[in-house]
Amino acid sequence: MHRIFVLLLSLVLSELVLAQTPEQQGLEIAQEGDRRDSGFVDSRADLTMLLKNRHGDESLRHIRIRTLEVEGDGDKSMSIFDKPFDVKGTAFLSYSHKTGSDDQWLYLPALKRVKRIASRNKSGSFMGSEFAYEDISSQEVEKYTYKYLRDEACGERECFVIERYPVDEYSGYTRQVAWIDKQEYRPAKIIFYDRKNALLKTLVYNNYNQYLGRYWRAEKMFMENHQTGKSTLLTWTNYKFANAFTDRDFDRNSLKRAR
Amino acid sequence: MRSLVLLAVFIMPVMSLASEGTWSGNVALEWRDFLQSPLAGEQQGDSMSLSFQPEYYRQWNNGQQAFRFTPFVRIDGKDQERSHLDLRELSWTYVSEEWELLAGVSKVYWGVAESLHLVDIINQTDLVENPDGEEKLGQPMIKLTLVRDWGDLDLFILPGFRERTFPGRRGRLRTQVPASNGDADYASSAGREHIDVAARWRKTLGDWDIGLSHFSGTARQPLFREGTNSAGRSVLIPVYDTIDQTGLDVQATKGDWLWKLEAISRSGQGERFSAAVGGFEYTLYGIFDSGADLGLLTEYLYDERGNAATTPFEDDVFIGARLAMNDVASSELLAGVITDLSNGSQAYNLEASRRFGQHWKLNLEARLFSNINAKDLLAAQRNDDYVQLELAYYF
Repeated sequence: MHRIFVLLLSLVLSELVLAQTPEQQGLEIAQEGDRRDSGFVDSRADLTMLLKNRHGDESLRHIRIRTLEVEGDGDKSMSIFDKPFDVKGTAFLSYSHKTGSDDQWLYLPALKRVKRIASRNKSGSFMGSEFAYEDISSQEVEKYTYKYLRDEACGERECFVIERYPVDEYSGYTRQVAWIDKQEYRPAKIIFYDRKNALLKTLVYNNYNQYLGRYWRAEKMFMENHQTGKSTLLTWTNYKFANAFTDRDFDRNSLKRAR
Repeated sequence: MRSLVLLAVFIMPVMSLASEGTWSGNVALEWRDFLQSPLAGEQQGDSMSLSFQPEYYRQWNNGQQAFRFTPFVRIDGKDQERSHLDLRELSWTYVSEEWELLAGVSKVYWGVAESLHLVDIINQTDLVENPDGEEKLGQPMIKLTLVRDWGDLDLFILPGFRERTFPGRRGRLRTQVPASNGDADYASSAGREHIDVAARWRKTLGDWDIGLSHFSGTARQPLFREGTNSAGRSVLIPVYDTIDQTGLDVQATKGDWLWKLEAISRSGQGERFSAAVGGFEYTLYGIFDSGADLGLLTEYLYDERGNAATTPFEDDVFIGARLAMNDVASSELLAGVITDLSNGSQAYNLEASRRFGQHWKLNLEARLFSNINAKDLLAAQRNDDYVQLELAYYF
């Protein structure tokens, strides 16, 4: 009796799934990923960026990043630059929003000046790297519309392959194709298409670690620009959660003493 | 010299802390090439100079308390008044959830405009460093910041006045009769010991960043009277009045447009007057299908005193462009011209920079004066067009 009920239920469920449009399926996958990652409250990490051009010339950046989760809106984040040495002490404060422009301030230590900066420039390069501001800012569900494409093996795992379309008209992309791990709902790979819908970049996530028994963070993120031959490797180390950060750690006063 | 003594007093405890904090800073070699011969025969031409600004920083109690020490020294090959030592910063900070306290020597920046910094008044201008007035001397202060829902309120007590630095007799970019360093008149009987006070409220409201400030104390910008120095040569003696200045600075960040306004009202220096600077910065992103951004700037500069103003910018327009290549070398260029609408005098300005590797940076600066009217305050500098190259090592 019990077994028949389960069988019936699974039939009904699979009917439901079948009845879903690919758009609904895609959205649900994104929502589930977001649900699994919410509640981390705050984090801090050290970021090394290794920039390479097509001739193999390398350049290094060292940044410390603090993040505060905001209920019902995008996260607040503070980036503190350590290297190259001429930008040491420069700090970047961002309040991301689910919809509309983010609020961003930049602190220039030589003049002791805090500058509010225009944030519509989502497609611009972050620190001369192959990551655009929109690639590194907080990934809110509302920033895209979605479409489920197919299931596919990704390395040793199984992935959903979904396509997502930026809502913001100032995004540098027409679409992104993302491979999402079916078990953990974390991204494995994203392919970016530029505004002319030509292949632009590929981002590969590697060396995932789990924190607080729940949240997955990739230690390596490798972005390759197919149009320029340049690449950027991000290496995240010293992840720390439960820092008891407050809004005061992400206000304009904190910019001036972010060291 | 006073800063030298201060340095000596504080350097010992600093050194004992040094093992636990971090040192950073830069050393820079600067070369200035003046394009024309000077107006006065005694003024020197091209110059080389060396500057050094280390910074020691240490924080403890999880960042709740911090100590910062930043001396600065320049040795100039030609102008001995430009060779100077300053204590840019020697401060202790305490941070709590609802307030912050800073005591010591520090720097504070107020304002939003690019062509002129009207509202910014806490620190004295280190004029020998750069004629653009953006370099500042360290100011002794006690600063209390209250952090509340209704905004941030900074309260300042400012003991110890700093006199503006002026190029020497042999230096360029000076007034026709050189201004005196060391001799100064004060309206207040307390002289440089007068204790100034200031307050500033600041709040972000959506796209708007608003600041309202008041300063009561010794003017940072002097007037001048003719006099003689101890060597019996004629000089301009700076006269520092006691003033009250209320300032407003507003920026509206609307998409690709930044709208900016700074306005002041000052009393105590002759009749009460107002002055303002305002305009916009519009940015074009990813120009020419590259990652470069181009910002277009326009500002209008106004001073109610008109021709009697103590700045050359009483009815002027600034037009400029800022190019950021967003490349690995962070190549940047800022070029602009300020035109006096009433007499046609023009001051051109160019600043460019590029990084090499992890430690080196090359800065190019050029200032050109064109069509300078004999009555304009820039008249004495009309032959002081220069190109400057600076190679800096950061650590």
